[in-house]
Amino acid sequence: MSRRAAIAAAALTGLVALVWLLVFFIPRHSAPGAPAVTPGQSATAAPERKITATLYYISEDGMSLVGAQREVPFGDPIVEQARRIVEAELGGAPPSLASAIPSGTTLRALFLTERGDAFVDLSSDVSTRHTGGALDELFTVYAIVNALTVNLPAIRRVQILVDGKEVDTLAGHVDLRHPLQKNLKWLATAATPALDGR
Amino acid sequence: MIPRRFSAELFAALLLALLVGSPYAQAPASPAAYSVLSKEGRRPLPSRTIAGQEMFALEDLARLFDFTFREDATAGGLVVTIRNQTIVLSAGQGLASAGGRLISLSAAPVHEGRAWFVPVDFVSRALAPVAAMRVDVRKPSRLIVVGDLRAPRVAGRIEPMGSLTRLTLEVAPATPHTVAQEGSKLVIRFDADALDAALPASTTPEVIQNVRPGEGAAVIAIDLGPRFATFRASDLPADRGAGRIVIDVMAQAGAAAPTAPAQPPAATPEQPPLLDLAPAGALRTIVIDAGHGGTEDGAKGPGGTLEKNVTLAVARRLKAALEARLGVRVILTRDGDDTVALDQRAALANNNKADLFVSLHANASVRPGATGAEVFYLSLDEYGEDAARAAHAESESLPVFGGGSRDIEVILWEMAQARYIQESAALAQAIEASLRERVPMSARAIQQAPFRVLVGANMPAVLVEMGFLTNADQEKQLSSDEFQNAVVQGLVEAFSRVRDARGAVGRSGGPAQGPGR
Repeated sequence: MSRRAAIAAAALTGLVALVWLLVFFIPRHSAPGAPAVTPGQSATAAPERKITATLYYISEDGMSLVGAQREVPFGDPIVEQARRIVEAELGGAPPSLASAIPSGTTLRALFLTERGDAFVDLSSDVSTRHTGGALDELFTVYAIVNALTVNLPAIRRVQILVDGKEVDTLAGHVDLRHPLQKNLKWLATAATPALDGR
Repeated sequence: MIPRRFSAELFAALLLALLVGSPYAQAPASPAAYSVLSKEGRRPLPSRTIAGQEMFALEDLARLFDFTFREDATAGGLVVTIRNQTIVLSAGQGLASAGGRLISLSAAPVHEGRAWFVPVDFVSRALAPVAAMRVDVRKPSRLIVVGDLRAPRVAGRIEPMGSLTRLTLEVAPATPHTVAQEGSKLVIRFDADALDAALPASTTPEVIQNVRPGEGAAVIAIDLGPRFATFRASDLPADRGAGRIVIDVMAQAGAAAPTAPAQPPAATPEQPPLLDLAPAGALRTIVIDAGHGGTEDGAKGPGGTLEKNVTLAVARRLKAALEARLGVRVILTRDGDDTVALDQRAALANNNKADLFVSLHANASVRPGATGAEVFYLSLDEYGEDAARAAHAESESLPVFGGGSRDIEVILWEMAQARYIQESAALAQAIEASLRERVPMSARAIQQAPFRVLVGANMPAVLVEMGFLTNADQEKQLSSDEFQNAVVQGLVEAFSRVRDARGAVGRSGGPAQGPGR
């Protein structure tokens, strides 16, 4: 009997060890650090951490874009950071500059491809509330394209979507059928004179 | 009903025959002669009404259509021989054999002494199919068109509308044309071999004296009256492939000066040469694109002025001025408050083989102070490799059926503009220079941008922002005749310089590198 009991105890011990190995040990060690660590980090760190990014606004005379250094919430991974930058770009402008994006425009979604193309899906306010000016339209497009490509070198090109769809243009001028690269020629040159009397 | 009418006609014919005494010798008054229009020109073909039927003398037809005929006494009929085919007619029978096929004519041939008469439809039903000719018999205009001649139908009407008189011409099918003022008349020249025209009589002789055929086969002349001030011509599509030309002739209001740009362009001896405008050939067709329209208002001024209305007003003025002063054909991408897709605008220019494309716009800014005109042409940087490929597309030699090879130009149609960047830049410079003399310019007056309306244009193309509607002062300017005419003057002068440059290049033997158009 005692021998039988010893065999049963050994078998039970082996079984328990096997179950422990399967349920706890192997998953934790084969996928190191995956679930438990990251949520805690982003939940606690994100509201506090900020990065400094160059955002783009319309100059005082309305004839060019101007870059301004602004604090933007930290985001990780990169697609998350891209969202934070676009959301900041959609927000208000610093004093004396004007936002290049029509007010009320919201970011619906942002995707990144492996090739470094970002797809920025904006609400239709970006079209319906646009001034309709060709220059303003260039500024709207390149404020977003430049904010992403200048601050996040991994992003090479940007295509703007409206309400989830590809569009020809925002207001009838700028060709949006292809992803666009960074273009700094719409920025004010160093010698932009301030307008007198305003 | 039909038999009764027929018998009535028969009765009338009999009555006339009785009155005149001889049945056919002195048939009822001959209707107006037909005209036969062929490569040889326009020749008259008299007709006669016999027993209620309009008929041609077979002898006349034989001369015009080059056939022979002989009587066949035994059969009681006659045989027409044309291009080794025969048509057999029988006296008193509406049936004939044409090239072995039985056909029916609207009346039997009539013979009177040695002369034979056949009904008008003998031409279209018997002669044309047997001789394999293309013949178009137009009874209302009494015209017979032979062969592949372009003889559009033109019908007109004149309506007095207050200070202006409107002449509307329906042209079927729609036919390219120019409208130009030549001294005291307006001349409409059609790209056609002849016109099948029914022209209206004038009801406002002090403005339009007369509308008549002009000198040339496909020309209409409008004699202007003493109160003529200026005119405006526009093209509209009409039903079933027809076109509509609307010419508004403005009368002078008392002693007031004409409002539209009717002065000759100011002589500018110090014009810079435009050597970059390389393609040979004259300036024939310009497409003017009035920006936005229909559901797309475009920019809006603080006083409520809409960009789409400003662009259309300037486009119409520009068309009239270009036609009158440069004599070029001008096509508008829209001549009303229509929604037109951006693709369609360039496509219209491509399909009409336009030599230049200009898109008119008014600007807007979040900054109410922004002011001044700007001229844009396409930038290619944004299009990456596609643009480079389109710009440097060369012809490829492709094998063809039956041996040999043929050079075919392979270009990316969507990027057609890529090959014209240099010329578009020169056009932008010409426009900027001549606008600068007339209207305020922005600090960055010439710019390049990836504009959707330009990229598909297969010719030099620019987009002109005439001023900022969001600037209250400029909004007033943009709505004013004075400013609009200043822009029109500037553009006409620029186009005329471009034309001179092209002419100069054309005379000196053509460009070395210009795309073959």
